[in-house]
Amino acid sequence: MRILRAIFGHGSGRIGGIIVGVYLLVAILGMLGLTPHNPITQYRVDRLHAPNGAYWMGTDLFGRDVASRLMAGVGQSFTVAFFSVAFATLAGTVLGLAAAWLGRRWDGVLMRIMDVLLAFPAILLALLIVTVAGPGTWTSVVAIGIVYTPIFTRVVRGPALSLKAREFVDAARTFGSSSSYIVTRHLLLNLVAPLTVQVTLALAWALLTEAGLSFLGLGTQPPAASLGLMLSDSRNLMETAPWLMIFPGLAIMISILGFNLLGDALRDILDPKMRRAPA
Amino acid sequence: MTPLLSVSDLRVGFGRKPHANEVVRGVSFDLADGETLAIVGESGSGKSVTALSINRLIDFGGGCITGGAMKLKRADGSVFDLMTATEPQLTGIRGAEIGMIFQEPMTSLNPVLTIGSQIEESFRLHRGLTGRQATAAAKDALDRVRIPDAARRLKYTPNQLSGGMLQRVMIAIALACNPRLLIADEPTTALDVTVQAQIMALLAELKRQTGMSMIFITHDIGLVAGIADKVMVMQNGQAVEQGELNQILDKAQHPYTQHLLQDVPHFANGSATRADGQRDKGASTEPALKVDNLVVRFPLKSSFFSRASGAVHAVDGVDFDLMPGETLAIVGESGSGKSTTARAVLGLVRSTRGSFSVGVRKASAQQSALPVQMVFQNPYASLNPRLSIETILAEPVIATGGRVNIKTRARMAGLLERVGLPKNSLERYPHEFSGGQRQRLCIARALMLNPSVVVLDEAVSALDVSVQAKVLELLVDLQREFGLAYLFISHDMAVVERIAHRIAVIYAGQIVEIGDATSVLSTPQHSYTKKLIAAVPTIDRRHEHFELDTRQVPSLVRPQGYEPAPARWEQFGPDHRARAEA
Repeated sequence: MRILRAIFGHGSGRIGGIIVGVYLLVAILGMLGLTPHNPITQYRVDRLHAPNGAYWMGTDLFGRDVASRLMAGVGQSFTVAFFSVAFATLAGTVLGLAAAWLGRRWDGVLMRIMDVLLAFPAILLALLIVTVAGPGTWTSVVAIGIVYTPIFTRVVRGPALSLKAREFVDAARTFGSSSSYIVTRHLLLNLVAPLTVQVTLALAWALLTEAGLSFLGLGTQPPAASLGLMLSDSRNLMETAPWLMIFPGLAIMISILGFNLLGDALRDILDPKMRRAPA
Repeated sequence: MTPLLSVSDLRVGFGRKPHANEVVRGVSFDLADGETLAIVGESGSGKSVTALSINRLIDFGGGCITGGAMKLKRADGSVFDLMTATEPQLTGIRGAEIGMIFQEPMTSLNPVLTIGSQIEESFRLHRGLTGRQATAAAKDALDRVRIPDAARRLKYTPNQLSGGMLQRVMIAIALACNPRLLIADEPTTALDVTVQAQIMALLAELKRQTGMSMIFITHDIGLVAGIADKVMVMQNGQAVEQGELNQILDKAQHPYTQHLLQDVPHFANGSATRADGQRDKGASTEPALKVDNLVVRFPLKSSFFSRASGAVHAVDGVDFDLMPGETLAIVGESGSGKSTTARAVLGLVRSTRGSFSVGVRKASAQQSALPVQMVFQNPYASLNPRLSIETILAEPVIATGGRVNIKTRARMAGLLERVGLPKNSLERYPHEFSGGQRQRLCIARALMLNPSVVVLDEAVSALDVSVQAKVLELLVDLQREFGLAYLFISHDMAVVERIAHRIAVIYAGQIVEIGDATSVLSTPQHSYTKKLIAAVPTIDRRHEHFELDTRQVPSLVRPQGYEPAPARWEQFGPDHRARAEA
């Protein structure tokens, strides 16, 4: 509750929070099928209608309602983004804590593997994994998750290393606390703030990567809707039916703006230096 | 005659409403040419803010001068108004007319530039010197602060110099343009006591040579005796008392000044040691802790595959024993191995050789499996900020396989009350407590396991002087009540004098002198102990001349297989011996 109030007290946090909130609502409606029309039903008579009272965002080449497809697409994209970021957070936190706590060779080997993964451009690595495993929703989840794991590993390892050298960890050792207690209570609990910020920002990147994969035909498969797929379909009709491109494009842009604003706000709010009163 | 600097009714505030959040509330003083004003106060008293306001550096720290007047007499006799000056005008004043040195020399210098280029910058900016002229001027500046081998040291980067050397470099930079006012903000707080004495001697000498004025800020009223002409005591943003040095030190009027002079630990050459010595009475008891020939070495490897080429001999053959109810203080400079000794006893670093035996006070069921506990130096770093006090105090119990039940809760509440914390502390978080309260929490946590030995590693060093005195009192009370043995590690002789029964002086990884506190402090035998004690500032040593000693501590890096020569001890009195010197 305290954190929600802080977000709404923060200039860009308020805007980001509202945008993300609206998207979440749309995503849920889209996933539950509570859309104005069925997103995959083809209304053959109403092909390529411009936006009007019945079809708020017009219809596409097959006569499908763009607004409904957009809602379903947002639902689809958010699902992929959510699960892939959850995957990356879990894997990255475990690997980062392991690297920091075990140190020495574990640290060296784990972090070099992460460096190799990080050396590939995100979309290229995701493409590689999807090409090998075959396209589909869950392969994109795993692919995007793997792509962003190294970033979480780094975000966790750095502060974990410095926390490990803090006196409260030394103190815990003098009582004979177990490694698992120290790692969960003393390290992980202090990593919640940086992780929260990172999760928010990673959601924005994951949305973008998912859109990219779908655009290239390797993510969500038609006839299901996804923002990237809708953009891809609109390419040849850009001049005759610009609404096919404008609405999904805007949807992607605004969602990423929202997550970034929210992430920036969280960074400010959770930064311990900001919490302290001025000296 | 107009004073060099005249400050009247200075007010400084912070935050969005600086008028409502004033931390300096109406400070006035005059400073004549060649005079030194010492500003004394505890943290939060506004002493640093006052100093930073004079050269208007406070503007960059989020502060806002909300009222008053500050006038500086410039070299040509004209009067410069520091309140209304613009930023470009102030840039010309800073460095050229007002020099400043800070507390932490390690972070005040840029780590990637040579010290030579950083000194030259000052000459370039204010005197327009370039190239060889600037280098020559920089060398002269280093000579002036008594840095040996100045020409070669110019090419050093800050990490290659010790803290004391770096503070001298900072002084060289501050004095590069012969400012007529030097502001020194706790310049020796981060330094060892012997190095502090050297810096104080240097400042006094430079002041004599150049005739500059100085504002010297410190929390240690003992330090001002050696350097100040006038003293201003600050508390809660106000100057509670100011006057001539002798008047303040001898005839203090304000209760707070009297408190600083009397209640705070001051070094008294061994005449203020504890009277409840244990040694002579019950000599038959088993020692609570016995350390025998402890050696801690850290091997040095030049690369991953090569074998160790040498080792840092952090602790090199230390032995002592510690009786129940007794305090053994280990004193020495940073890097002497005193903390490493403590950490080895606790098993936080692995000892290379040697043994310790921890005697059991009473073979009762309550005695814990971990009879040695520790209180750390920094109360802000030794409590996890995300855990409630209850969780923090429960940790030792959980760690040793215990359960948190009504009995443990009662014990927690009892200990909290015993160390002087409010009853409702259990649900609160560390950030809600002050530094002194946090250190009390750390003490309570260490006592949760019923230890027989408590290692106190600089446990009061990070606290304000008046808080220090109270925590020391608490420690003495707890010692009597629970029969605790303390291993008290400190660099502060005044504090050691108050709490120690016995003192071990450690130098370069070895004990050079050990014995009962009164004897060691009043009749030191080893040359290092003498130097250490001579360097302690006291209010009785007024304008005393310190010898400038530029000797460096010997390197602790030894070649592979090196063993120190066996110690030869000379006995002085029943419980006092010192290592024979070559």
